[in-house]
Amino acid sequence: MQLDFKHRQSAHCENGAIVNLLNNKGFKITEPMAFGLGSGLFFVYLPFIKVNHAPAISYRPLPGVIFNRMAKRLGIKVKRFKFSDPAKAQQKLDENLKNNIPTGLVVGVYHLNYFPDEYRFHFNAHNIVVFGKEENRYLISDPVLDYTVSLTEEELEKVRYAKGALAPKGHLYYPVVVPQHIDLTKAIKAAIKKTCNDMLAPVPIVGVKGMRMVAKAILKWHKKLGVAKTNYNLVNLVRMQEEIGTGGGGFRFIYAAFLQEAGEYLKNPKLMQLSKEMNVIGDKWRDFAVEASRVYKKRSNTENVYQVLSEKLMELADLEEAFFKKLKKAV
Amino acid sequence: MKKNEVPQDDSPLKKHKSNELLYAVDDDGKFVSVQSSGWEPKTIIQNQNLEVLNQRVQEALNDVISRKVSPIVYYMELNRMDWQTLAAYMEKWTFFVKRHAKPSVFGKLSTRTLQKYADIFGISIDELRNFKG
Repeated sequence: MQLDFKHRQSAHCENGAIVNLLNNKGFKITEPMAFGLGSGLFFVYLPFIKVNHAPAISYRPLPGVIFNRMAKRLGIKVKRFKFSDPAKAQQKLDENLKNNIPTGLVVGVYHLNYFPDEYRFHFNAHNIVVFGKEENRYLISDPVLDYTVSLTEEELEKVRYAKGALAPKGHLYYPVVVPQHIDLTKAIKAAIKKTCNDMLAPVPIVGVKGMRMVAKAILKWHKKLGVAKTNYNLVNLVRMQEEIGTGGGGFRFIYAAFLQEAGEYLKNPKLMQLSKEMNVIGDKWRDFAVEASRVYKKRSNTENVYQVLSEKLMELADLEEAFFKKLKKAV
Repeated sequence: MKKNEVPQDDSPLKKHKSNELLYAVDDDGKFVSVQSSGWEPKTIIQNQNLEVLNQRVQEALNDVISRKVSPIVYYMELNRMDWQTLAAYMEKWTFFVKRHAKPSVFGKLSTRTLQKYADIFGISIDELRNFKG
């Protein structure tokens, strides 16, 4: 059995799954718009929490937040379930498929065998959509792939019941009420304001202040932890920026695309101009990643390398501070 | 990023006949989604990351062979877990799982506990008991 469901690839899994589910229900929305309306752009540095043996750095809010904010701002109603019993979790999924409801699942990445080894970590907030079942294999639309895949019942149960931080516990969701015509004006303005306030928050570990804290920490790591540890922390910083479905540059390019779409919608030329600026800032984040990757290529481990990286990150923080102040005034 | 600047380098994704989606501006300055086969700096970073993880596995292996720790530590590293993740899979407090890393405590573990570890690591109980690396 295969439901009528159109799979489309996206940059980020959380938005991708919901965009596909909404489009399927006849509510047309693009990935950048969903990301922007969910105020997806963020930065936080949590030096006291270790992820994969390095201090936690995130370019986005907690999993689920982007989607929830967007749904709330648009008046979309979403049904969500978690199950302590895996058998019940499968039963509900099968029931949904029988009732012709493509269903979103939150799963762990580590046991997803269709990913390359380089991407398989114990990250438990990946989103996929199940849109059918054939010969006991579930048909899967994984938003970050450009083709669909399938998993056996056992394989799907394993990823739905991945354990550890953010364990999904069989988490399943699907939109039930979607508005047909909606004016996005208010939602766009509120979402942009929220992002600006987050990025300019007077909290040392959040937004541009968080970036400055990391910039200073790079020098501190080198002095206190030595070269190997510093390089490993940098690896994780860049991985969060580039690898985890960010669309590159720590989501900056998706956000620039959102600003362009928002500018067109609101007929606001200032937003169109700021979209261009955000695109340039995204390029600068990519430059930062290139610089960081050179640490390994050349194996040049002088203090100078870390000084340059630290300065680059400081510069990015300054640029973004100015940017978000302008953006706040533009809406 | 401009559309024609979207990197199309070799990468783990490309080897997997896959790609990723990026957003870039076309000649008219309009944002469009573009598939990218990979980006060299990112591949360097990912390889570096795997290298560090492999080092951890190697160190754990040496520690098990020299009887400093039990085989649980080796398989934990091999499965890219940390103590919290392993404890969550074992449904035990981290404190107890860490204790199982002591060879003396490990030797006294019940078959049931060992079986649970073996299932989590996807190996046989024999591979845990008679560790050969």
